[in-house]
Amino acid sequence: MLQIKNLTKIYDGGVKALDNVSFDVPDGQFLAVIGLSGSGKSTLLRCINRLIEPTDGQILWNGEDITKASPEEMRRIRRKIGMVFQHFNLVHRSKVITNVLAGRLGYINPAWSLLNRFPKADMEKAIKQLERVGIADKANQRADELSGGQQQRVGIARALMQDPEMILADEPVASLDPVLAHSIMKHLEDINDKDGVTVLCSLHFLDLVHRYADRVVALNEGKLVFEGMPREIDDQKFKDIYGRDAERVG
Amino acid sequence: MENKNKKASPWKSLQFGLAILAGLLVYAYGFQITKVDLEDLRSERRQESLTRAVRELARPEIFEYEQAEEIINAPIYVPCPTGEVPSLPEPDKSGPYLIVTPSCAAAGETVRVEGYNFAADTKGPLRFIPGSDPTNVVEIGRDNVQTDADGSFVHEMILPERLSEDVQYLRATLRHNVGTPHLTRTAYDTWDKIVETVFLALLATTFGTFLAIPLSFIAARNLMKPVKSPLSSIALSLLGWPLGIALGYLVVRWVNGLSDPFAENIPVNLVSILLMPTLVWLGIRWALPQEEITQPPLNLRLARLGVLFLTILVSFFGLFQLASLARNLGLAGISALGPFAFLGNFLFQVGDIVSIITPALGGLAAGAALSSLMGRIGLRSAEKLTSASVKLFNIVFATLAGAVTFGLLGQLVEWLYRIDQPWYTLWGPVLTGALLGLALAVFTKAKDTLPTGLVIYYVTRTLLNGLRSVEALVMALVFVIAVGIGPLAGAMALGLHTIVSLAKLYSEQVESIMAGPLEAIQATGANRLQTIVYAVIPQIIPPYISYTMYRWDINVRMSTIIGFVGGGGIGFLLQQNINLLNYRAASAQMLAIAIVVASMDYISSVLREKYV
Repeated sequence: MLQIKNLTKIYDGGVKALDNVSFDVPDGQFLAVIGLSGSGKSTLLRCINRLIEPTDGQILWNGEDITKASPEEMRRIRRKIGMVFQHFNLVHRSKVITNVLAGRLGYINPAWSLLNRFPKADMEKAIKQLERVGIADKANQRADELSGGQQQRVGIARALMQDPEMILADEPVASLDPVLAHSIMKHLEDINDKDGVTVLCSLHFLDLVHRYADRVVALNEGKLVFEGMPREIDDQKFKDIYGRDAERVG
Repeated sequence: MENKNKKASPWKSLQFGLAILAGLLVYAYGFQITKVDLEDLRSERRQESLTRAVRELARPEIFEYEQAEEIINAPIYVPCPTGEVPSLPEPDKSGPYLIVTPSCAAAGETVRVEGYNFAADTKGPLRFIPGSDPTNVVEIGRDNVQTDADGSFVHEMILPERLSEDVQYLRATLRHNVGTPHLTRTAYDTWDKIVETVFLALLATTFGTFLAIPLSFIAARNLMKPVKSPLSSIALSLLGWPLGIALGYLVVRWVNGLSDPFAENIPVNLVSILLMPTLVWLGIRWALPQEEITQPPLNLRLARLGVLFLTILVSFFGLFQLASLARNLGLAGISALGPFAFLGNFLFQVGDIVSIITPALGGLAAGAALSSLMGRIGLRSAEKLTSASVKLFNIVFATLAGAVTFGLLGQLVEWLYRIDQPWYTLWGPVLTGALLGLALAVFTKAKDTLPTGLVIYYVTRTLLNGLRSVEALVMALVFVIAVGIGPLAGAMALGLHTIVSLAKLYSEQVESIMAGPLEAIQATGANRLQTIVYAVIPQIIPPYISYTMYRWDINVRMSTIIGFVGGGGIGFLLQQNINLLNYRAASAQMLAIAIVVASMDYISSVLREKYV
């Protein structure tokens, strides 16, 4: 169970990215986070694994307060939270397999990382994850030789390497075409169904939300403006979320 | 709008005119300052020496022929003796010979000299030999002759004012090239020195690069800015440095003492060198498990720390043994290897370097280790203790850390300037540091984190910029004093300059890497070190390679002139030859520099294309 309580983030310039946001996510749920660009979706997801330090509020995960965790505790929390990014964020010049293995870094003793060594079991595991997302044959290619869809699958494999209990997906399909978008979303759905991993996924397209999400939270200018089932988003709610002048597409 | 433009126009023209006038003034003054005066250029003497210098520069002294000489003397009386002219012997016509007509004449008169049977197309001086000794080396006159295709010549020469009643001589020395051309002495010297130059640059670049890489990380803003720690942690790690360095140095010296009795014993050397890595490997495997899912209990962690410490002691013992083995083998090699004695010397020197720097290295490593350990203790206590006790903790340790740090800095000043007044260099700084630490502890909130990373970043940047502004030539002057005239001084100066300038260039590359992968690696739970290894290093390899190449290029060029101040390399030779007005030799050296720099340029562009 992930509990967000009164989460607020004010950036150095005074911009209020999150304003007193509270909601709960039960284990194993597929939660979609929607809202306009700049509404605070990315900030929200990054506050959960503290890539961004929240200004105020609490984030409780299985009872442990993430916002109060020491660096050592944070390392142990982060390795249970996989993250998938809009721009994939692979290390371009490294091999695909190295990128996937990097998901294991939270478990590896840093001294061994200095020597660039991973245990054998991890190597086998990395190949298995690549097989799961269907690109095991690309293991020894450089990451930037892959197409966008393939790179995002490497990103998912990297998150899976962490044996995650939760995956934060920050607009995972925003840079992909609709066909690829569905294939990536299916992978996330599969992980959510089969492995029982909680997924927090920010999305732009409502059809994707309807198709994949169990529940939706919506942000507008850092405020939580909607929380409920995808089918509950009617025209009125839509205008609350996206503003009065918005029109529905898709 | 148009109107406005028109109004502004006279003012603008005036401005323009004034700007031109100011420019002219500046240039006029510049001419005065730089002493632009072409009068000298017009003088014939200058033009003559310029022509000579340019001509000599155009003929680098690289190849020469073996020269064959034919030296023939012919007798002559100057002036004609009174009475009968003694008959002169007929020249031997089987070889080359000279005929002088008339056989006697007064000084200042012209005689006709004919030469026959010389080698065809040869050149050389025809001189007057004063005194009556035909082997006299003194020659007078500036006449030169050249034989035709038959090997003969005719020349009219004026006799000099050297009067004698005895017979005197004229001498033709005709030289011609024989055989194939071969390299001159200058060419060999130039080769020796250019090799020295290239290796000097190589050493400076490689060592500089190795040290610049870690520096570049702490001089990169994006990596250092997130580094923040509470005061308790900063104070303890500051205290940890000097303590660790002192302890580490002592311990490593102790290990050195243990190793010394076996220094000359090659079998012991060999056995320990074979045994050590195994022990170290086992120790590391046990003490540093590759993966750990749960936090181990405290006593296991302490046991691991102990084993790690023992492992490090063992590895230092191994290092000292390795150093003595290298020295022993090196010494044996120098006498046994003949032409490859340099390999023996290399081994010996490496062993020597290892044995010299190991204690220092051990001290630094222990300093870093203790500092990070104590920093961690500070961090932990800031997390676990109550605010009030953290405050007390901060007050005690920040005061102590400030006192120790400033005291040590004061002692450095004392060592540098020998002020010899403990109040200024010991007690004063200690008090100031203590007060500053106390003030910091009192005025910051107990558990607040301070921007340690940024402070380190600014200090490093300032040091780098300061050192970078000192030219390598100037640094070489200092190193010449430290290690004597020679290529080592040059290599050290260039190396130091390489470190500081590459660290800056590198760190700018680190600052411009993509933030995305960094974020992704951090999100996996990787710590700072792992983030650098897996997200930063892969991204900076191409620019690092190209900057290193560029620096290697600069170092080769710099090393050609570092010899001007005694730093070894070809510069020394070049400077000497220029000072001796030996332009042909200087030209050979300049040619060598040009060839090396051009080929470096070519090689580096090929490599860059291949790897970047």
